[in-house]
Amino acid sequence: MPDITEQLVELIKATSTDLAPDIEQALAAACKREEAGSAAQGALETILVNVRMSRETGRPICQDTGTPIFHVWYPQGLSQRQLREQIMQAVRIATERAYLRPNAVAALAGKNSGDNTGLDFPTIHFEEWEHDYLKVGLLLKGGGCENCGCQYSLPAPESPWSRDLKGVRKAVLNAAFKAQGLGCAPGILGVGIGGDRATSVIKAKEQLFRRLGDTNPDPQLDALEKQLLREINELGIGPMGFGGKTTVLGVQMAELHRLPASFFVSVAYMCWADRRKIMTLKDGKAVIENP
Amino acid sequence: MATKLTVPISEEQIRALKVGDQVLLSGVIFTGRDAAHKYMVESFIKGPCPDSEKKLYDMLKKELAGSVIYHCGPVVKKRPDGKYDFVAAGPTTSIREEPYQADVIGHFGVRGVIGKGGMREKTLEGCRRHGAVYLHAIGGAATLIAETVKEVVDVYKLDFGVPEAFWKIRVVDFPCVVTMDTHGQSLHDRVEAESKRKLEALLAR
Repeated sequence: MPDITEQLVELIKATSTDLAPDIEQALAAACKREEAGSAAQGALETILVNVRMSRETGRPICQDTGTPIFHVWYPQGLSQRQLREQIMQAVRIATERAYLRPNAVAALAGKNSGDNTGLDFPTIHFEEWEHDYLKVGLLLKGGGCENCGCQYSLPAPESPWSRDLKGVRKAVLNAAFKAQGLGCAPGILGVGIGGDRATSVIKAKEQLFRRLGDTNPDPQLDALEKQLLREINELGIGPMGFGGKTTVLGVQMAELHRLPASFFVSVAYMCWADRRKIMTLKDGKAVIENP
Repeated sequence: MATKLTVPISEEQIRALKVGDQVLLSGVIFTGRDAAHKYMVESFIKGPCPDSEKKLYDMLKKELAGSVIYHCGPVVKKRPDGKYDFVAAGPTTSIREEPYQADVIGHFGVRGVIGKGGMREKTLEGCRRHGAVYLHAIGGAATLIAETVKEVVDVYKLDFGVPEAFWKIRVVDFPCVVTMDTHGQSLHDRVEAESKRKLEALLAR
């Protein structure tokens, strides 16, 4: 088992400090669309300068470096236990170097562990795959936007919508309205349809690894994604909730099988600082890429 | 054109501001978020103030008057000389301080609160009564805002953890937007009401 701790630290640094081009381009396009001199345009201009400064100085884009969510795809025979230890160590080192803020707080006692490790912290998903190399995805998801996520059970008294695409549309519109600017709009919505309460949310968050403006393999979902992007932006909530034309940059959805009795729609709100990278480790060489 | 404000800020200056105004703030201000607000209300405002906390209280009472509280949990770096630098310092969500904010504004004579997401009726009423505004910073613009922090003067209650401590900082031209003013206006309420009408139209389709 090779020691990849240093490569993982580099992955954390890149994710925290270097926003992916698809997000940056979407923000730049949004900035052009907003009314000249408006608070909305001012907010986007500030955001774009901040993105460039972070990349140039190697400093976190946002001080809330969030929950580090790792997805690890590993070849047969690699030790999950050792990978977990290396990830924990990389997180400690990245915290020391100020790529990450100490963010792991004991739920009841309120004490910060100081190094971003704790009970089930960071989040790590493991999956063995058929290839002979290792792939590690990392999403840094801040608390402000995480608090804006929500889950609907359809139908319910407060969400009386049908168990079909029409109902999903209404749930997602409602989620975007409820979030207002609080999740650091313009955000990206990941949506999980079906599953149980837990798998539905995990699926929603997985969507945030997709490239903005890509094509959903399911044509019905692809059409709904594009319709929702347009309709949510009609709400006029705007960057930071200042009012304006850009409330979200993208909507990305996927479905899972569900129980006959359940129909969950889970919405994960990701702030404009959609920090995600993927690292592959092949033949001892690490390559960090954007989705 | 942005209005320049320098701490200590007078009541007159604050009452001249209106929702939508862009502001560049300079001077010595304090970070304070969840733990700090709970602590200020429980130890100082409700009291009685424990003897061990009197020194901090006296300092805050003096320095917060005419100053600003920033809802922020920064990333910091300790220098070899023992002083700190702010590395990343964007705003955190303010609504969590809603139960405390108006009392803190009134008790300490704070003229402004910087955060993100806005606050509700109790804080809006506190702003009107005591002469204070809510200043919205750009969420996530952490590197840019850290650049406006020219000096970390001191830190108090570091035992709350780095994000939750009181950081006394000197800022120059910190950019923000007035979204709640002393005239009872809230940009957040306005945007929410307008977007609710549009949501209802979309849901009816």
